Amino acid sequence: MTDHIVVLGGGTGGTVLANDLADRLEPELDADDVRVTLVNDDPEHVYKPVWLYVPFGQREPADGRRPLDELVDDAVDLRIGRVTGIDTDSQRLRFRGANPAVDYDYLVVATGSTLEPDRVPGLADGGHDYYSESGASALREELLSFTEGELVLSVVGTPHMCPAAPLEFVFMADDWFRQRGLRDDVDITYTYPIQRVHGNPHIAEWAKPIMDERVIEVETFFNAESVDPDAETVTSMEGTEVDYDLLVTIPPHGGVDLVADAGLGDDGWVDVDKHTLEAEAADNVYALGDTADTGVPNAGSVAHYQAGVVGQRLASEVRGRPATATYDGKTLCFIETGMDAASFVEFDYERPPSPAPPSEKLHWSKLAYNESYWLTARGLL
Amino acid sequence: MTDIQPDETVDARGAACPGPLMDLIGAIRSAESGDVVRLLSDTDGSLTDVPEWAEEAGNELLSVEELDDHHAFYVEKT
Repeated sequence: MTDHIVVLGGGTGGTVLANDLADRLEPELDADDVRVTLVNDDPEHVYKPVWLYVPFGQREPADGRRPLDELVDDAVDLRIGRVTGIDTDSQRLRFRGANPAVDYDYLVVATGSTLEPDRVPGLADGGHDYYSESGASALREELLSFTEGELVLSVVGTPHMCPAAPLEFVFMADDWFRQRGLRDDVDITYTYPIQRVHGNPHIAEWAKPIMDERVIEVETFFNAESVDPDAETVTSMEGTEVDYDLLVTIPPHGGVDLVADAGLGDDGWVDVDKHTLEAEAADNVYALGDTADTGVPNAGSVAHYQAGVVGQRLASEVRGRPATATYDGKTLCFIETGMDAASFVEFDYERPPSPAPPSEKLHWSKLAYNESYWLTARGLL
Repeated sequence: MTDIQPDETVDARGAACPGPLMDLIGAIRSAESGDVVRLLSDTDGSLTDVPEWAEEAGNELLSVEELDDHHAFYVEKT
């Protein structure tokens, strides 16, 4: 009997896992004891961290795209199609159109995050973002011609992808306008939903003095309730109103409807054991990356490390051995603190982050990793 | 034990800070004025986060119950 492992989602987590399995299970794949299928609804893989640099004219959206079939090992069956349903009882995926259903023995859900700006009235019309290709490109046009006024960065909802990116954006914008001699004419305001500037108290404690020193205004306990694009104002649930000339937001995020429809969790996030990454509501189902509701940041490094854990566990299961690999919450993030400097954090479930002193070396380390990411996607790094 | 009847319960047990507060904010965002949301949280940070936010947002923290391994916060949307 051939075990069929299906990985649903060709983002960082799904692609790294598919290649990990191709390597780890090479003997079983050669012997037809196991098949690995990667399902994605787009023939291209997207590396989202590139988007942070697009508004500042440093990268192009195309820099973050590569065809999946160039990244994925030939031993993996790549299937491009839209899944419309997961039946965890019969262990079957249904597809849009006339595409035949696919049965699985093990399923890994790695469908990631989607943006939901329509949850806040006026947000889609009034706000820009750098959390999508189109958003980053449109913001670039606005930012390049922005020479004076109120620049507001508003984190509208959490959890969101790359929790450090809002801090990075205002640090980079501050430096970028200073280098161009425009900072005196541009006010920068940062809003955050809770009482500090970042969800993690250690990172918040590190970032706030830098924001003060760089004269980045802060509004905390600010949960955007509506945006008025005509008046150019954002009003919060807490009753505060902020004026803007250019509004950049981190829109509300959600997962895909498939997850809730399958009874795997609310809002598109799969309820999992945060160590084994096994779904709580179904057998033989794992989740990883943004999709796995573990409480750790929605970051590429998390998806990368979780893929290694799920790969080990699936290999054990296929070989009839107890699965012992567990995820310890490991997270790595570089945090840009300007156009030429960055910090770095590493933490897990037990050890809190302690941001490194910003340096040019860490900035170049981040850019170097972004270039070498394609080796990570291929399962080589 | 309180006799307050919540209109909605948000079970955020197991979520790390600030997850429970964000779950509460999400529930209050979609609630009607006068609705009571009950938040279940086992994160100690909620004991300060939730009262601070409720006061800031002008909502009323009606009660905090200490249960076996978590707390229950009752917040009324004003």
